Amino acid sequence: MKFSIQVNEGPYQHQSADSAYNFVKAALEKGHEIFRVFFYHDGVNNGTRLASPPQDDRNVQQRWSDLAKEHELDLVICVAAAQRRGIVDDGEAERNGKDATNIMDGFRISGLGQLIEAGIQADRLVVFGD
Amino acid sequence: MLHIVNKSPFQNDSFISCMAHAAESSTVLLIEDGVFAALKGSNVADHLSKAKVIALQSDVSARGIDANLAEGVELVDYAGFVDLVADNESVQSWV
Amino acid sequence: MSEIKKFVYVNRKAPYGTVYALESLEVVLIGAAFDQDVRLIFMDDGVFQIKKDQNTEGSGLKNFSPTYNALGDYDVNKIYVEKESLEARGLTLDDLMDLTYEDEDDDWAEKSSISLVSADEIRDLMEDSDVVLSF
Repeated sequence: MKFSIQVNEGPYQHQSADSAYNFVKAALEKGHEIFRVFFYHDGVNNGTRLASPPQDDRNVQQRWSDLAKEHELDLVICVAAAQRRGIVDDGEAERNGKDATNIMDGFRISGLGQLIEAGIQADRLVVFGD
Repeated sequence: MLHIVNKSPFQNDSFISCMAHAAESSTVLLIEDGVFAALKGSNVADHLSKAKVIALQSDVSARGIDANLAEGVELVDYAGFVDLVADNESVQSWV
Repeated sequence: MSEIKKFVYVNRKAPYGTVYALESLEVVLIGAAFDQDVRLIFMDDGVFQIKKDQNTEGSGLKNFSPTYNALGDYDVNKIYVEKESLEARGLTLDDLMDLTYEDEDDDWAEKSSISLVSADEIRDLMEDSDVVLSF
């Protein structure tokens, strides 16, 4: 079966990013397809590569990136939410005149239409948030 | 239909609102702080009988309440969570 | 995209205190371009999103309530407000904005987009959905 996932909260502040990650991992292990994971609201903070969590804690952002690499996941960060919160890739840096980027490998920034499309294309959409 | 509740019923009305709107045939999955709704003898425990209620084992255990659950509350792991989503045609998160 | 799905947006949070209401509205506006069957539910504190007379001048926040008036132009005209939620907050329909649309099947007559519904009807709307977006 094809699943899409929406993540509305950032890492560490709220458990929803962990729940979403565990769900995606379990779904993949059961042979399901993940059509897309869409990060919205503060969820866009799952896609920064500049975090340095303590060694004895999980690295939420890195964990997404590793899972994406392993399973060719489509991790999409909402552009409007990202602009408000300062998640920047090369294209956004150029468009908005920013002097740095911070997007984690394996994520991409795109429009809200990607969330609607995820709802249309997948058999199920599961929302993780606060 | 699958309803997912992730809020403590003692802090937020999501669980009560969910139980007031869930059809009898639906399943309610408690995750994150939502698992506190499954406590035995709490002031919201009466609502547990309104639909089939299942709690996520790992979130129950993380909060140390395995021995405090109301009778009739089933437990699932993440694989079971995935099965619940697959088995229900739509899913609503009461975020 | 051949299939038309029933999208239900469940709005249960008040505006301003958190960003969810604003960013939910942004999804609804973008989603309108996808020609799906769209319904909006306002229940619990979500009913405050469409309260009349919102004025953010003193708070420095962006007043996005006028945007709800544009929903009709985007063919988003199935808006369901839960009666029990209004009553619990001491509100009536008169406290809400007049959200309307022009009915192309009825000589473009201006009609209200809002239906006042019971908790039981909300339950049926949820059960009848394909995709539930909650923020």
